[in-house]
Amino acid sequence: MYDINKIREQFPMLKNKKMQGNKLVYLDNASTTFKPQCVIDAMNKYYLEENANSHRGDYDLLFNMDKKVNECRELVAKFVNSNQNEVVFTSGDTMSLNLIARSYGLKFLHKGDEILLSEAEHASNLLPWYEVSHLTGAVIRFIPLDKDGVLTAENLKKAISDKTKVVSVAQVSNVLGNVVDVREFARISHQNGAILVVDGAQSVPHMVVDFKNDDIDFLTFSGHKMCGPTGIGCLIGKYELLQSMDPYIVGGGMNVTFTKNIEMIPYEAPVKFEAGTLNLSGICGLKAAIEFLMDIGVENIHKHDVELCEYAISKLEKCEDVIIYNKNSKNGIVTFNKKGIFAQDEATLLNSKGIAIRSGQHCAKILNDFLGTPATCRMSTYLYTSKEDIDAFIDAVINGGDILDAYFN
Amino acid sequence: MPTLTNDMMRSIIMDHYSNPIHKHQPSGDGFIKVHMHSDNCIDDLDIFLKLYNNKVIDACFDGVACTISTASTDIMCDLLINKDFKEAKNIIKQYDNMIHEEPFDEEVLDEAIVFINTSKQAARIRCAMIGWNAADQILKGK
Repeated sequence: MYDINKIREQFPMLKNKKMQGNKLVYLDNASTTFKPQCVIDAMNKYYLEENANSHRGDYDLLFNMDKKVNECRELVAKFVNSNQNEVVFTSGDTMSLNLIARSYGLKFLHKGDEILLSEAEHASNLLPWYEVSHLTGAVIRFIPLDKDGVLTAENLKKAISDKTKVVSVAQVSNVLGNVVDVREFARISHQNGAILVVDGAQSVPHMVVDFKNDDIDFLTFSGHKMCGPTGIGCLIGKYELLQSMDPYIVGGGMNVTFTKNIEMIPYEAPVKFEAGTLNLSGICGLKAAIEFLMDIGVENIHKHDVELCEYAISKLEKCEDVIIYNKNSKNGIVTFNKKGIFAQDEATLLNSKGIAIRSGQHCAKILNDFLGTPATCRMSTYLYTSKEDIDAFIDAVINGGDILDAYFN
Repeated sequence: MPTLTNDMMRSIIMDHYSNPIHKHQPSGDGFIKVHMHSDNCIDDLDIFLKLYNNKVIDACFDGVACTISTASTDIMCDLLINKDFKEAKNIIKQYDNMIHEEPFDEEVLDEAIVFINTSKQAARIRCAMIGWNAADQILKGK
């Protein structure tokens, strides 16, 4: 039984928080999520009781921190079904994708090789590859979306060739919420001699992702989109691929030794990618967040998101003034516009009623050509979103009044 | 200018948004262009001013913009055309003061007074300023 009230009680941001004098209705979870008390406590505990560095513990505090980092690594591995030595801690999804592009892309891609991306990608999964293209001469191609904005295996098959060396796509689009069949994508990519990079920023927090069974080569995600802290995320990579790559950044903690002869021997993966002091309070918070999610069950969270999303779409569909861009969304994201109203104006009107949604291009600027609009409004749910939140949102969209009410009421 | 009611202010904003007079590409040569885009809105605008003999002799803008940025830029063009540099800079300064809730001279703002409530929606302050910042840059020769 999914006890929404019990879940909500654990989030300080959901207790009596107001925006513009109204009860806060937070529907921008694709951007970032609130933190439960247990995550805040775990981070505070680091600073209040456990404060030490990690790596080679000579004293108890440090030894315990090493242990905790390993425990978190083990938990992440269990969460996405990888091996522990395949989990690299990064500052987040963007850093993870940059690391892959720089450490794998620059090393193994050459002039004329092809990188396949989709039109729906977020800047974080496009721009690192643009850099690789500029620096290596590799060519970027876009897998077209189908008429409903879905990235299909069929279109991957049409776009891929023996020149393709990397296929890099988001498992769930941050604008349209469609789910990519990554297992099939991995099969097709491997058949053609390419690796598959999966941007899991919008999938890992919301659905079961299985790194091993789906045969993914690289998977990335951020802690803050799954009730964890900002500034911590992961790169999951097949061990042999991680071993074949050079570190993206270098410094303390990642090397076995270095000499005056300008030589350096790095540690094995994953530690060779973790130069400098890790975000230790972030790791403590991430561990607590994953425990929190596993306790609720990611499959239950997914079901909850889908139910709310379907409910919202069923209500919005009845309003003739609303254009929905992803009626078949199955991941807690609804992207829409009100006819004749600029997206930002709608978002401002909702802000005046205490409702937080996002408007704009959502960092996926290429997608707007496909959607045929310069900007959209996006509402996105998470595990603590209630049916009442959706009702308040629907009421504001349908009966919200004039956009200038935000300034004059 | 007579005191405006809220309803009058609303209809002035909507009129300048729905039917902006100055939202078009410049006709003829001699315009100075500044491109502006906002990092917290989709606003993506080109602002054009034509200057001659210490005076703004024409102004227009074009691009993609929300209600507040479109209407405020359109009203700005109305206000700046045929003003000398000193007057134009003062209008911009007084408008800037109003938007940021500082003392301002209402006399010179004319219709631009309709944006007096912008600070209620802090995220839109940038929208209300975008065209004005561009004109300010041009007038200051940046």
